Amino acid sequence: MEHIRTPKVEQVKCLDRFSSNKSTTGTLHLTTTHLIYRESTTSGPKEIWIMHHHIAVVEKLSLTAVGCPLVIQCKNFRVIHFIIPRERDCHDIFNSLLKLSRPVKYDDLYAFSYTPKKTEYERTMGWKIINLNDEYQRMRIPNDIWQLTDVNRGYKVCDTYPTEVYVPRSVSKPIIVGSSKFRSKGRFPALSYFFDQKQAAICRCSQPLSGFSARCLEDEHMLQAISKANPNSHFMYVMDTRPKLNAMANRAAGKGYENEDNYSNIRFKFVGIENIHVMRASLQKVNEVCGTKELSLSDFLSGLESSGWLRHIKAVLDAATSLAKAVGHEGASVLVHCSDGWDRTAQVCSLGSLLLDPYYRTIKGFMVLIEKDWITFGHKFADRCGQLDGDPKEISPVFTQFIECVWHLTEQFPRVFEYSETYLLEIHEHVHSCQFGNFIGNCQKEREEMKIQQRTHSLWSFLLENQRKYLNPLYDSNLPCAREVLQPNTVSFNFKFWRCMYHQFDITVHPRQSQLTRILSFTEQNKQLEMEAKKLEEQIIKLGQKPCAVYSKEPFHPVSRLSQMLKASEIMCKEEQQTTMKNNSIRTSEDGNISGDECKELKAAFSKTEPMLVNLELGMAKMTC
Amino acid sequence: MEFSELIKTSKVDHVLLSRPFLPPVKGTLCITSHHLLLSSRAGDKEELWLLLRNIDAIEKRYTGSSGIITIKCKDLCIMYLEIPGMEECLNVAKSIESLSSLESIRHMYPFFYRPKEPNLQEGWNLFTPEEQFTKLSLHTDNWRLSYVNKEFAVCLSYPEAVIVHKAVDDAALKIIACFRQSGRFPVLSYHHKRTGMVIMRSSQPLTGANGKRCKEDEQYLAAVLHPDKKGYIIDTRSTQAAHQAKVKGGGFESKTKYHNWKRLHRSIERGRVLQESLIKLVDACNDQSNSIDRWLSKLEASKWLSHVKTVLTIACLAAQCVDREGVSVLIHDSEGRDSTLQLTSLAQIILDPDCRTIDGFQALIEREWLQAGHPFQHRCASSAYSHAKPKQEAPVFLIFLDCCWQMISQFPCSFQFNEHFLIILFEHAYASCFGTFLCNNEKERFTLNVKEQTISIWSRMNRPCERKQYMNPLYERNNLAIWPSVAPQSLQLWQGLFLRWNRSPEHQNEAWEQIHHIMESSRRKPHPTSAQLSAPKEDY
Repeated sequence: MEHIRTPKVEQVKCLDRFSSNKSTTGTLHLTTTHLIYRESTTSGPKEIWIMHHHIAVVEKLSLTAVGCPLVIQCKNFRVIHFIIPRERDCHDIFNSLLKLSRPVKYDDLYAFSYTPKKTEYERTMGWKIINLNDEYQRMRIPNDIWQLTDVNRGYKVCDTYPTEVYVPRSVSKPIIVGSSKFRSKGRFPALSYFFDQKQAAICRCSQPLSGFSARCLEDEHMLQAISKANPNSHFMYVMDTRPKLNAMANRAAGKGYENEDNYSNIRFKFVGIENIHVMRASLQKVNEVCGTKELSLSDFLSGLESSGWLRHIKAVLDAATSLAKAVGHEGASVLVHCSDGWDRTAQVCSLGSLLLDPYYRTIKGFMVLIEKDWITFGHKFADRCGQLDGDPKEISPVFTQFIECVWHLTEQFPRVFEYSETYLLEIHEHVHSCQFGNFIGNCQKEREEMKIQQRTHSLWSFLLENQRKYLNPLYDSNLPCAREVLQPNTVSFNFKFWRCMYHQFDITVHPRQSQLTRILSFTEQNKQLEMEAKKLEEQIIKLGQKPCAVYSKEPFHPVSRLSQMLKASEIMCKEEQQTTMKNNSIRTSEDGNISGDECKELKAAFSKTEPMLVNLELGMAKMTC
Repeated sequence: MEFSELIKTSKVDHVLLSRPFLPPVKGTLCITSHHLLLSSRAGDKEELWLLLRNIDAIEKRYTGSSGIITIKCKDLCIMYLEIPGMEECLNVAKSIESLSSLESIRHMYPFFYRPKEPNLQEGWNLFTPEEQFTKLSLHTDNWRLSYVNKEFAVCLSYPEAVIVHKAVDDAALKIIACFRQSGRFPVLSYHHKRTGMVIMRSSQPLTGANGKRCKEDEQYLAAVLHPDKKGYIIDTRSTQAAHQAKVKGGGFESKTKYHNWKRLHRSIERGRVLQESLIKLVDACNDQSNSIDRWLSKLEASKWLSHVKTVLTIACLAAQCVDREGVSVLIHDSEGRDSTLQLTSLAQIILDPDCRTIDGFQALIEREWLQAGHPFQHRCASSAYSHAKPKQEAPVFLIFLDCCWQMISQFPCSFQFNEHFLIILFEHAYASCFGTFLCNNEKERFTLNVKEQTISIWSRMNRPCERKQYMNPLYERNNLAIWPSVAPQSLQLWQGLFLRWNRSPEHQNEAWEQIHHIMESSRRKPHPTSAQLSAPKEDY
């Protein structure tokens, strides 16, 4: 390709970020989509694949005696330090990466050239996994108070909103249009989540263009209608997620916040989440601190403190907690907004819904949540993740913060999430990878124009195919607390540095053994055995024996082949897990005779597995630690 | 009996008790010679059965006609008693104050504790130097069991039997003892089977300002090393502190006189600095109103995690010398009863898989802490709340437990026990019904007949029903050395201990129950295959 001048460099050194004595040597390959480092060792080469889209910063440091250092920082927090022997090669790679990591047009993104082994039908079906109309129906919307409006058909009223938006039945189109004219970027109040139990709604919008004194009757009417749509509360909260000072400053620019005197029955409050620029600087500080060599504990803790990162995380989670409390306990509706209503608003609305509704704590439900509150409502993924070469001031870790908040919840409630940390990390990875079409672009309108659904693959089908990897073995959907509104404890000491995110690739700082992996392998094994048992039962039935006889103490009649089947299953356990299904049928078809004595043994062996099966029925488990 | 004199009032009605995570209860408060009891008389169960020795500090305040006593326990729990009547309140407070600070060990509860369960005798004889020596002699015959300290004649803080190199006879040991502070001559702490190298511990040599020598000491240390092999002396004082010690008659092994020994100075904090660190940390953990910034800055200012990191780092260094470098190590500070023991015991946990089992860990505590003469009576006299002027208090043992916890959280499948086990040891080191952690050394225990008159904690902990509580369901023996990461990002606050009373444990407990459940149901199948499925990765 045009940007690649040197596709291969040999004798490249790769330094370990934390221990200087652990460097390796290998070959660097530059492809159109990836930078690949192949370690040259005697025992099978190790490889590091870095997707160009993941590269956030490339730096060429000044030439040293051993070569020219090249430092690459990635959006998934991988930091890699190469030393390239010849400056000329380093220069070429550097320039190529600069170009390749910042494509100028969407068509250059990997998603448009990514072709996994899938049929066109499978690809299309991938985009049909999530249907938001079904989701609103799950919330029991439309109902006699809320309805779908087509006011935004063709993105006429708001180009960053979805075409299908839910509003109270009592508002007419002119009211919506009027209200949208009074809201920044036309983002009028629309339904985000409906809490059927209390008939309370979470709605979202952008800031009103109120300036110091402007009013808009349609907007006032709109809010009134949302408030009235909840028969259980005579007022509604309006939650401005910005710090009060920022909101006041906006008034000078003709924007601002709702004046309680003009809107009847609203209770207005600020929750003080900082803006994207503060967040960007904060994360940068965290990365600086984490990257320090020979970091002392004091410097780490004070660096973490001065970065303010955990303070911001707490602010977001606090806001979501108070939102969930208002809706879930007080039964009041809440209208959430910030400036444009696509960053902080998305964070707070989605986390609020997650606290309220157990569905969003399942693998599928979490996809739906992201689709609903982030993708369709126009969180500017392209700008925030820096997908194209654009304004660096637009980049901000808003979605990362959301994912981290969810992680904090999974830590606090280890049994109520179907997914584990792995799932969160995988999603975070692909939000930045541009390998799938879901997050490309800034809003639905852009995605339609790009024909994303026709030209790219959906992440959701990829995640569902691999969902076993993401399961939390301690999850139990039947637990009382799993069905309730979550009330997280947000006292400061609950907030921890998320090592597995910010040091994902620095294995030296991780626990050397993973509880999660171990429990997962055990649950996997249990499942496997359960399946075996079922198969065996079926076999018994086929042979004219009732399955209950196996568990009973009654005399056991000779059943041919069973002993071998059991042996087979034992062998199976020792072997690789995945091979089971096919092999089993082959093995059991073998012939064998059995004596009465063996039969007893066999019965005993079988009943040994019984308690395990019983336990399994009580519920599959899950865990994050 | 003097107890009755100290009890100003033995019974008060209508006392309201509030504790973390439990609803307040009203009932009758009783003060006995060793316990504070509260019974609501609904049902025959006491609501509170608190060992008075566990009380670290009390505070009283008055509201109207009633008084509120705040009880701060050594296990870090804080509870409140609302007592009607000022005078009653004052009497209760006085009684608690005097009974909880009894000085005489003979009056402490372990001497009065008579549980109903049978067979509680064996705990005292589970772990003896003789047994340790028998195990050792399977692998090497370079060492011998010496009774030079019979009747504690040579060193007050050593047990009667110690393991020393066979090249040194008892006569020489007596001379060496005079050259080492408090008579703590070098003894074997750990023999590493894989390399045949050893970890020894001692106290500082008394070289003084004039550079006094002791030929026997030099010969002893030379004999330990294989010819043309090097050894390391890890001195847990800074170079400067070691030089200063000379003025007071202490000192260090000079290079010229101990040829093949290389000295490394790695400073570990001790004494009051640690105690203050604990006080600050607990203070930060108890303040729920902290903002994140304030919380982090208090956590940082406490320096607790820095101390943990230092100790763990140097323990890794010691273990690395033995395992990777193939050299023997001698560890000491001045007395050799505090940071020295932290290092020798942690290094063994890193290197020896036996120490990661329940029995092995108990043996380690017994060997490297109790018999090695860590002064528990002095160090654990008060915990994080006490207003008493600190004398010799220091959470040396707690730092060690914290380091163990850090390793458990990094190697969750390599330890047979869980954090609950460590928490029990913490509690009992500070206040206990068992005699194990009484006194400062074996001699004191001997003099007070502790082993005859009290019960060992191991007797209780090894009962099957108790053992179950602190078994780690994820355990699978890992015969490799475990090298923890000591990067600041890898070390965490031990929430299970320090936030124990500030955060409801409900969800975490449920998670653990479920893990137990899963693992147990897996274990019941005929052939466990866990080994293949999750072979623990190990690299450093």
